[in-house]
Amino acid sequence: MGADFSTRAHDALNNPQLRANFRRAMDGLMTKRAAQFEDQDNWNALRARGAAIKARALARLPDLLEEFEQKASANGIIVHWAETTEDANRMVLEILNSHGAKKVIKGKSMVSEEMHLNAHLEAHGIRAVESDLGEYIIQLAGEAPSHIVMPCIHKNKGEIAQLFTDNIDNQPYTEDVDALTAAARQVLRREFASADAGLSGANFLVAETGSLVLIENEGNGRLSTTLPPLHIAVAGIEKLVEKLDDVAPLLALLPRSATGQAITTYVNMISSPRKPGEKDGPRQVHLVLLDNGRSRVYADEQLRDTLRCIRCGACMNHCPVYSRVGGHTYGSVYPGPIGKILTPQLAGLDCAGDLPHASTLCNACVEVCPVQIPIADILVRLRTEAAEPSASTAVKGAGSGHSAVESAVWKGWQAMYANPAAYKIGTKALSVLGNLIPAAAPLLKQWTSVRTKPKFAGKTLHQLAREKGYDNE
Amino acid sequence: MPAHVTPPAPMPKDVYYFGTCLVDLFFPDAGLAGMELLKHQGIRVVFPQGQSCCGQPAFNSGHKSEAREVARAQLNAFPEDWPIVVPSGSCAGMMRVHYPDLFKGDRDEDKAVAFASRVFELSWFLVHVLGLDTKLVDKGEKVTVTWHGSCHSMREMGVVDEPKRLIRALSNVTLVENPREKECCGFGGTFAVRQPEVSAAMVADKIDAIEQTGATRVVSGDCGCLMNIGGALDKAGKPTKPQHLAEFLLERCHGR
Repeated sequence: MGADFSTRAHDALNNPQLRANFRRAMDGLMTKRAAQFEDQDNWNALRARGAAIKARALARLPDLLEEFEQKASANGIIVHWAETTEDANRMVLEILNSHGAKKVIKGKSMVSEEMHLNAHLEAHGIRAVESDLGEYIIQLAGEAPSHIVMPCIHKNKGEIAQLFTDNIDNQPYTEDVDALTAAARQVLRREFASADAGLSGANFLVAETGSLVLIENEGNGRLSTTLPPLHIAVAGIEKLVEKLDDVAPLLALLPRSATGQAITTYVNMISSPRKPGEKDGPRQVHLVLLDNGRSRVYADEQLRDTLRCIRCGACMNHCPVYSRVGGHTYGSVYPGPIGKILTPQLAGLDCAGDLPHASTLCNACVEVCPVQIPIADILVRLRTEAAEPSASTAVKGAGSGHSAVESAVWKGWQAMYANPAAYKIGTKALSVLGNLIPAAAPLLKQWTSVRTKPKFAGKTLHQLAREKGYDNE
Repeated sequence: MPAHVTPPAPMPKDVYYFGTCLVDLFFPDAGLAGMELLKHQGIRVVFPQGQSCCGQPAFNSGHKSEAREVARAQLNAFPEDWPIVVPSGSCAGMMRVHYPDLFKGDRDEDKAVAFASRVFELSWFLVHVLGLDTKLVDKGEKVTVTWHGSCHSMREMGVVDEPKRLIRALSNVTLVENPREKECCGFGGTFAVRQPEVSAAMVADKIDAIEQTGATRVVSGDCGCLMNIGGALDKAGKPTKPQHLAEFLLERCHGR
């Protein structure tokens, strides 16, 4: 991957296949989602409820985490607390080692991506096999997910066909989607049957009952969490909801926002390991709860809204930037608008300070977010924390975007625009002389790469208004 | 969140006009056209000479204190309790939606909240306060146009159908809608120069979509978008001309 967002964007924009793949996929997802929420009143009521449920849970998060641990432990689920991804990786490895596990079958989990778990396990002699079709494909390709719901959306069927022929024994080249799916299924069934442990994420954690809720379409999530004798789940601490009743409204939002489905094919509720007398299910269930900077996000009243996210991906599906540059351009586990606000907060503005600026603030994401995260406001807040941090800021890397030159430019701007007399002189000068500024001047150079130079009109509206006799007061 | 706007009651006799800094320097005719449209409806339009910019460029760049001081100058330039009509959804959105937050805890907070509640986007004001969509008499030649809705107009000010209602009220005008009308044109203020290549890709797609409508003019209510789209059309040598809605309406109905 290139050095920064701009460099990677340059590469992506010059890859016509990639651009076509994203454009087609995002168009399809937007159409499907729109069909699910035709009734605007219903949509507005539903998302207000979704936002309220998550906000209510976050307001009581410390209590709910304790309640969840109590209930889950009473049900026989072993709960672990990981402050960092290193902690989480170590915990998962220890659990696997204590069971002598050598192969883990994985359901889809973005938190495990955040941990870079596969690489960690691999380094310690444990093979992790992705069983979600999209994740399986990118694992074959040695790539990271480019979308949080559809990890291999950047590939078309021709690219996948080639990947399968190259990597699966006796697999002839075919672009027939059913045949490709069947081929993956054949491979994965054998992996399921021989895995020592299953690993999954969780969409919601219910404090009231100590349950994990996991939704998916392929049945791989259910197999990963029931077939092997050991199940380990990894989840961020923000996944908590208060009550079982809170799950249904969120389920009415998540799949519809994500893929335009009324509901996913599978909705798994996991509340305990196999009980005496039961014939299936894992004998042990562990849950690793990951912080990794979420507590710091939580500490700020405005930024806390970031943690409402239910990972539907609608923000990226509707993002005019994401749909052109794709997920890998963001250089982080979470791409698109949610990634632009989450990554700089988790990794620090010093590491990901370019992300909050990779947006036109068009608000397309805000319009479709099922839990009403004010993404655009948070982008502006992060830009502010980078350039001119507030005294009490808890944002990691705050101030790292400060530039003396830029600050001086804005001070100069203020001196002209906050003072009517200075503004009058300044605009007059620009009207007369502005067109002499060469197209190759800084900033104008970027602008004129694909546009003609804006023309100063000669007379300002202030002048025209005076000449036409418009009152000043 | 789109602002929930209710028309002022009773019908105002005087309105303030906030021209915006971009219009002031680059599109004064568009700004003036909006004032003329209001005047033709028998309203006294007041243009305070002390006005400059809503503060959005600095605000969106993360320079809040500079944005606040420029915004404060606007609070002082519009003292009377009259509606403030703005020929830009983006600048209107800044003042209506973001001023209350920008001044939170500031000595001028109350003033900013009151100011924000007086801000109206021009086409919204023309339709909902003046009912102009029922009064327009088209005197122009037959023409095919397309509409570009600005992101902040639609998503901050909740202005989606109003401009199209005005255009459709013109008997000799055919409005061909752009299927990607709601997609950002790629301007985004400093975004256009901070991410020039992404911005270029966005505006290239935008002018393609506009070209496919077959329109000879692309009409919009925001001069930021028009500067971006118009500049790209011009550079690509496309014949489609950009025009602000106010100028278009005035030209059609008052032959200016």
